[in-house]
Amino acid sequence: MLKRMIKKSSLAACVAAVSMLAMSQSVLAVDLTVYTAVEAEDLARYAETFNKDHPDINIKWVRDSTGIVTAKLLAEKNNPQADVVWGLAATSLLLLKSEGMLEPYKPRGVEKLDKKFVDKGAVPTWVGMDAWVAAVCYNTVEAAKHNLEPPKTWSDLLKPMYKGHLIMPNPNSSGTGFLDVSSWLQMFGKKQGGWDFMDRLHKNIARYTHSGSKPCKLAAAGEIPIGISFAFRGAKSKAQGAPIEIIVPAEGVGWDMEATAIIAGTDKLEAAKKLVDWSITRKANEMYNTGYAVVAMPGVARPVEHFPDNLLEKMIKNDFEWAANNRKAILAEWLRRYDSKSEAK
Amino acid sequence: MTEPTTAGTSPAQVYLKIDRLTKKFGNFTALDDVSLEVYEGEFICFLGPSGCGKTTFLRAIAGLDIQTSGLVYQDGVDISALPPSERDFGIVFQSYALFPNLTSWKNVAFGLENQKLDKSRIAARVTELLELVGLPEQGNKYPAQLSGGQQQRIALARALATSPGLLLLDEPLSALDAKVRGHLRHEMKLLQRRLGVTTVMVTHDQEEALTMADRIVVMNQGVIEQVGTPTEIYREPDTLFVADFIGAMNQAEGRIEGTGITIGELSFAARDHGLADGASIVAAIRPEDIVPRGAEGETVANGSSANRITVEIEDMEFLGSFWRVSLQNPALGDTRLLADMSINAVRHMDVEIGSSIEVELPADRLWVFPAKTPA
Amino acid sequence: MSAPAANLTNRSAAPLIRPKTSKDDRIMLGFILVICLYLLITLALPLYAMLSKSFSTFAFDLSNFEFQVDAGDGWSEPLSAETLNQRLNKFSPAELATSSDGRLGVVDLFPDFSFRSPTMYRIRQVNLKSSFLFGSERVADTDWHEYSSNDFRRIVLRPSASIGLENYRTYFSTPSLFHSIENSLWIATLSTIITVSLAFGFAYALSRSTMRFKGIFRLIAMIPILVPSLLPGIALVYLFGNQGMIKGLLLGESIYGPIGIVIGSVFFTFPHALIIIATALAISDARLYEAAIALRASRWKTFWTVTLPGARYGLISAAFVVFNLVITDFGLPKVIGGGYNMLAVDIYKQVIGQQNFEMGAVVSVVLLIPALFAFTIDRIVQKKQVAQLSARSVPYEAKPHRQFDWICLIYCSLVAIFIVGLIAVCQYAALIKFWPYNLSLSLANYNFEVMDGGGWDSYINSIQLGLYTAVAGTLVVFIGAYMVEKINGFATTRSAFQFLAMMPMAIPGMVLGLAYIFFFNDPANPLNSIYATMGILVICTVTHFYTVSHLTAVTALKQMDREFEAVSASLKQPFYRLFSRVTVPVCLPAILDISIYLFVNAMTTVSAVIFLYSPDTALASVAVLNMDDAGDIAPAAAMGMMIFYTNVGARLIHQFVSRNLVRRTQAWRVA
Repeated sequence: MLKRMIKKSSLAACVAAVSMLAMSQSVLAVDLTVYTAVEAEDLARYAETFNKDHPDINIKWVRDSTGIVTAKLLAEKNNPQADVVWGLAATSLLLLKSEGMLEPYKPRGVEKLDKKFVDKGAVPTWVGMDAWVAAVCYNTVEAAKHNLEPPKTWSDLLKPMYKGHLIMPNPNSSGTGFLDVSSWLQMFGKKQGGWDFMDRLHKNIARYTHSGSKPCKLAAAGEIPIGISFAFRGAKSKAQGAPIEIIVPAEGVGWDMEATAIIAGTDKLEAAKKLVDWSITRKANEMYNTGYAVVAMPGVARPVEHFPDNLLEKMIKNDFEWAANNRKAILAEWLRRYDSKSEAK
Repeated sequence: MTEPTTAGTSPAQVYLKIDRLTKKFGNFTALDDVSLEVYEGEFICFLGPSGCGKTTFLRAIAGLDIQTSGLVYQDGVDISALPPSERDFGIVFQSYALFPNLTSWKNVAFGLENQKLDKSRIAARVTELLELVGLPEQGNKYPAQLSGGQQQRIALARALATSPGLLLLDEPLSALDAKVRGHLRHEMKLLQRRLGVTTVMVTHDQEEALTMADRIVVMNQGVIEQVGTPTEIYREPDTLFVADFIGAMNQAEGRIEGTGITIGELSFAARDHGLADGASIVAAIRPEDIVPRGAEGETVANGSSANRITVEIEDMEFLGSFWRVSLQNPALGDTRLLADMSINAVRHMDVEIGSSIEVELPADRLWVFPAKTPA
Repeated sequence: MSAPAANLTNRSAAPLIRPKTSKDDRIMLGFILVICLYLLITLALPLYAMLSKSFSTFAFDLSNFEFQVDAGDGWSEPLSAETLNQRLNKFSPAELATSSDGRLGVVDLFPDFSFRSPTMYRIRQVNLKSSFLFGSERVADTDWHEYSSNDFRRIVLRPSASIGLENYRTYFSTPSLFHSIENSLWIATLSTIITVSLAFGFAYALSRSTMRFKGIFRLIAMIPILVPSLLPGIALVYLFGNQGMIKGLLLGESIYGPIGIVIGSVFFTFPHALIIIATALAISDARLYEAAIALRASRWKTFWTVTLPGARYGLISAAFVVFNLVITDFGLPKVIGGGYNMLAVDIYKQVIGQQNFEMGAVVSVVLLIPALFAFTIDRIVQKKQVAQLSARSVPYEAKPHRQFDWICLIYCSLVAIFIVGLIAVCQYAALIKFWPYNLSLSLANYNFEVMDGGGWDSYINSIQLGLYTAVAGTLVVFIGAYMVEKINGFATTRSAFQFLAMMPMAIPGMVLGLAYIFFFNDPANPLNSIYATMGILVICTVTHFYTVSHLTAVTALKQMDREFEAVSASLKQPFYRLFSRVTVPVCLPAILDISIYLFVNAMTTVSAVIFLYSPDTALASVAVLNMDDAGDIAPAAAMGMMIFYTNVGARLIHQFVSRNLVRRTQAWRVA
């Protein structure tokens, strides 16, 4: 009898404790669904660092490649599942913005960021985090086997010796691919020069991949000597021991940024604002700097291992708006020129 | 109408009444306005060539493929539209449809379970049924371990388990070899007699029908040609189809002339036919009805000298207990007559190929059917 | 004509009979309707949403935009863009057709536009059916907006939506798109011929020879079903890629393209074909073979007169299963296809790469055509199909034949080496630290937490999905197949059901997934709440793999004597008693096959769920795809192998559990 009473009271105490805990949790903790294209290996670190300052906000990541996240967001346009997008290409965010899917919000401290990392609207709808920059991954071992010389410029890649030894992402499925194409058009001529360059480059391309990081990984694995990809990926592969050099072509390189935005219509606006505020702090920028050599807050970035040091100066003056508004026409033209040809092989 | 001979005692009660049954599959009429009465305790056979509608008829009675129009009464109750589960019958299919994963015992017990019977009563009933079909030792075997005949008997036991008022048999013996078939035929008939269950069996085998049935329903192209006892069907065929389908039958084309008929250049007296003078006919006579004259023991007792013709023996075939003899007479045209002659008669008359004998075609055994009108 | 026995009753017209349905029939009809409703909601309606998407077109409606210009002398009269275009003849109607994300710069309509001029511009919309962008700022009102010339060049018009065939016109006038039809048909046909031939040979050897190691061969043959379809692609890269172990065998041809897709397709479709063909061969009646021997028919003749006709339903069925698997698979061509375009990948490119959902829907509709073709074939074949198994049939027992057994053994060994080889390569690759430069062994590739795809959680989720799908799916599929096969009458409902049940095979997973987004994510849909849950993944997976499961069930049910139901009804037994006492036990091997089929497919499916997983329900198979996509090929192989081992484990458990069950319920087979 006594035993039972003890059992009962201890049970009651337990229940009380658990329910108090649950209540305090429910008062404080907010679940934020955050869509992202940030590399998987960084996600846990991002959330952890964020939670040190905001333990009351629980991030639920939905992580996928840029294309899929964008498609998912657009498909869910009428019933958004996401509260915040944290770490998606600015090009994609421009697309969402033009669909009216983003909530304009001016985060605290936005003035400290480099201007090109902030949406130009009166009240910005997105703010940048860091830049991912195009680069060429060059496998020295495989190149030596084929007696190749390291290319120094984009134009070098047109040389006949690279024929069949080059791989790049398909701009129709890869954000990186589009970034390359749009940068060439901006550098070499939007009407003619850029397409002339790609016509000749196409002759040297072995195949186009769906994803943007794959060319560099393929180069790292020796599957192809040269992969047109982005610097971040190359640095990671190099760190893993791949015999690759990261080449930044002299003419300049295209880039896109990872950016943050609030999805219009979220019922967790306060928490979302807190996240966006935090995402542009110095602390956050230092966090991005672990992997990315170029971040939104000037003066924060320190050199990242294996990253080419001239990267920042080689970044072209990228007209995102032009790229976004001409994206469809560019892709259609690209398809017309190269996609139907590529199967004739 | 002939009086049915029922297995039970008279007066015969109508147990199953089928009234103007028609079954159509799309544009095809499988059963065309068929009516029939089946008496209590009777063993009825539906006999006919394949595609004649006999199985359709059976399935309509079972409610498996319900007729397009027409009524079915069982024991006075209109069951025309009822699904099989609400009718009272047991059925054995050509395939037996034994449940392959259940032992013989469980197959037989299947219909008994779920009926609020206690286990010992079920066991007693199954034992009884297995004994009834002569397989008391085979209860533990699976169907695949049994011979065809054994499977057939288990299927029969299963169908009888619930003591249905009506037993339906769909070609139950056709999957068996001849010897087993002959044996089972007999056994089933005895069993049916003993149980007195009204039984309808579908078969295409006339021998089966003749030996087992109390009455035979001869079917052709969706209609009933004739209903009658085996003797009636054999001895008194109503139609040329029946005459032709059952047993052997000589046929010859001819025409009506006065009260008689002519075949080729010869005239014969024949059975009543009611056909108009000059009508085209088919005359028919069974080989065993052709009587050789002058054989030992044969007399001219019936006195008639009509219907006698002299024929030449063209061919002889020894069939064990008798000879089948092929006869021809130029006056008959191309027609050859087959006659069955006893061994004694052949010996007595010195019949051999090439010799001539006189035969009589008794008028009362000579059928006259209207010639098939070219449709 | 003498009228026999007919005039028993009067000759008035007999009443037409309207058969009364039995209680069983009504219950069965209820089940069918419920499952029909399920298929309608999970298949037909989402597809309808998808279909209507394909007809949703976008064009720039120039008449909806009006401009005013002030070149220093006051505002001009408002002129519509249409009028301006007519004057200049700038854009043809074809150029005005676009997709949902189309953009049209306005300055082309003003020939003397210069962004340096002080001219001011105004723009407004007549109605709200379209919008325009200032930069990327969306403007969707009917007010006048004023811009300097420097700003005005940043104005782009957005299209308005309507309904029409424009997307299809675009599709068939874009060579890079419609060439994929030919590519897909070619690859699928070639793969089908190779797979069905190989699988038939294998099944024939298993059932008709007395060679050794049959059990092992059976196990090996099922391996491909245990891995995602893109795993063979990964193995082929390691084998025949530019750093491939045995790339010399290709004689300089590239594995990236048709060769790779066909080899990989043969690999991943092989067990699907084998299951169906083996089932068809396994039920053959020994008596037919005894008859053939008695007739002194040669092995060859017996093969052509007994074996092949007996298995033809299975062969045809297998052929169109394989064909559809290949033509709708997108994982494999994505990994190994290189520049070779296929329809399923086009959907991916359209939707993921270009966010062009409408064109994705058009490609999906194009992909549906082979499905309808397959459906028609199946209907024709089914009519000829007869129940082959009855209580009387005697199971076939192969007799030893030295030479034949050896040939079978060698043949099966070659197929087995092909299958095991590809898997072994994947496992090897997964354990190598950095191919081909650092060949030391390491488990680093199993550290999924730092890779794309959701880490180890995704693995746990996949197992859950597999279990739910196996249980729910088997129930739904087998009950559905039973009801539709055995119910009396209701022909229309039955063919509607059959049609619905056949459809999923034709639906590429990616299309199904997208269709689900459009259908279930609609806030107006009362089922909206299942969106982003495990529930929608289970439903999607069950539906996606419905057809093969259904066919397996139907094939098994068709082999049962058609008269069982008649006998049971005559014995006054409700259908569910026959179902539980006879149908389920007799079909138990097929039921177990269905459940394991659903489990392993839930573990391996990628395309069907790629749009549907949520943060809490990331899946291992999707992780494989994402890791490969990101170029993390070795970790992708590692996760693929985790799926493989899990499925092997599941099969072992399944084998163990079912052995006892089968021993009890299938005693009659070995009797």
